[in-house]
Amino acid sequence: MKTYEQINGRIESGKAVVLTADEIMDYVDKKGLTAAAEEVDVVTTATFGTMCSSGCFLNFGHSKPKIRMSEAWIADVLVYTGIAAVDVYLGATQLRHGDPANMYPPGEFRYGGGHVIEDLVAGKKLQLFALSYVTDCYPLREIRTYFSIEDLNQATMVNPRNCYQNYNVAINCSDETIYTYMGQLEANQKNVNYSSAGQLSPLLNDPYYETIGVGTRVWLAGAHGHVYSEGTQHASGCERTPGGVPTGGAGTLAMTADMKQMRKEFVRGVSLRGYGVSLALGIGVPIPILNEDILKRTCVRDRDILAPVIDYGNDYPQNTGKTVCQVNYEQLRSGEIEIKGKKVQVGSMSSYYKALEIANLLADEIRRGDFYLTRPIAAMPKDSGMKPLLKREQE
Amino acid sequence: MSETITRKLMLYFPKCECEKPIIYHLVKDYDLIVNIFRAKVTPEEEGYLVLDVTGTEEQIQASIDFVKTFNVTVNFSGKGVTRDNDRCTHCGYCVPYCPTDALIITNGATREVIYNEDECIECLACVRVCPFGACTAAF
Ligand code: SF4
Ligand code: SF4
Repeated sequence: MKTYEQINGRIESGKAVVLTADEIMDYVDKKGLTAAAEEVDVVTTATFGTMCSSGCFLNFGHSKPKIRMSEAWIADVLVYTGIAAVDVYLGATQLRHGDPANMYPPGEFRYGGGHVIEDLVAGKKLQLFALSYVTDCYPLREIRTYFSIEDLNQATMVNPRNCYQNYNVAINCSDETIYTYMGQLEANQKNVNYSSAGQLSPLLNDPYYETIGVGTRVWLAGAHGHVYSEGTQHASGCERTPGGVPTGGAGTLAMTADMKQMRKEFVRGVSLRGYGVSLALGIGVPIPILNEDILKRTCVRDRDILAPVIDYGNDYPQNTGKTVCQVNYEQLRSGEIEIKGKKVQVGSMSSYYKALEIANLLADEIRRGDFYLTRPIAAMPKDSGMKPLLKREQE
Repeated sequence: MSETITRKLMLYFPKCECEKPIIYHLVKDYDLIVNIFRAKVTPEEEGYLVLDVTGTEEQIQASIDFVKTFNVTVNFSGKGVTRDNDRCTHCGYCVPYCPTDALIITNGATREVIYNEDECIECLACVRVCPFGACTAAF
């Protein structure tokens, strides 16, 4: 048994033993669970993938004379202005003004909110265009100017949903190619796409949210941020394997961090043909090894994690709740799986390579004493469900 | 007789040279085996061509000297399709779309996506599907 204080003490003295979630299984197999739990202080987990529910609050400061922005665009991408005068929220999936979307399908969606966020973090100069209906205190009617992230008072990423615990594997059982947020899916079950770091993924290494909760310090694209709430659609009361691993989406995290501290390699605009734009993010979460049970659960392997194969040709869009079958991540990573006796090629939407890089970067920061662990101030809901949207005819 | 080799080339034809049967001469006069991957003539009448040529080192060299007399630019690395290593996230989304093994994961532990330019047949699938805009075509 260890406490957060003891672990942080060892980090401070430069003696902390830190391993990645990719290394820990072999280490525990070699040392035995009890000895390893004594020795290891932290296991780092990570993920890199598209996370649509992401965005940022920006504060521009005041022009002379002042403006109360009532409509605004950054690099021609609409931002939300229904908050204070010069605060805006920029969302990852917002299309650029004039983008033909899927008018001539499949649309290309070359640039949008996610790309603006990437460009901001990369330090590029961008155009701000804002309009106002004019008030006595804010007389300026419109402004067009150029700015970079350095000019902003605050650029705070606030993501309502990141780090899905587990995720669907998408297939297309219809007889036409479809374009989805899970990529291009060929007709008649020709390919599947998945999106999870599997054995490296944060919430798959702490399946019961014993150490990850509200207030947990996280590595968000290189910045030190924190979990501010459970994520939207957090549905922890789901089916699980005997080891506790959810067999579907399950838990999610809402997180925030200062965008001025982020690294551009881990904040990347995404263009999904026929679907839209989004943002890919790199996230690292440390797990304090407080006891043997927590360590044991970080030893999860790709072969122990099951994901549901869902038909995006019919069952997903029609919300039927049906599943084609289940597969594990070891099978997925082999590049080919078998479905109904037929070989199907596998593609990945998330990057294990980048996740591994992040888990190692975070481990190094902890070893150097640049990153400390925090005890959550509140736990994540343990048994929450997910409600559907009902179509009601009357109030 | 010296050994035969295969070279991938990208040729750029300025406006005035597009109508000359240069490839015909490569086959007939230099005895080369030619495999064209991709060709395009722009509305400005410039031409681009990516091809493999197979023959002896001497034959290939002589043919390149001949091609150059037409004001044609020869790019030996044959880069019709490039992958920007800084933009690639190694997600692996393109891998099933690549008909050859030009985009491939060879190390199961790191899951790095390697790009073997020599294997690329310029189908442009990766240019179309890469969500990060890492793959681009020169023409
Ligand atoms: S899809 Fe693009 S980013 Fe992903 S591995 Fe291929 S080239 Fe790299
Ligand atoms: S252009 Fe085609 S062959 Fe070449 S790397 Fe891309 S997908 Fe593979």
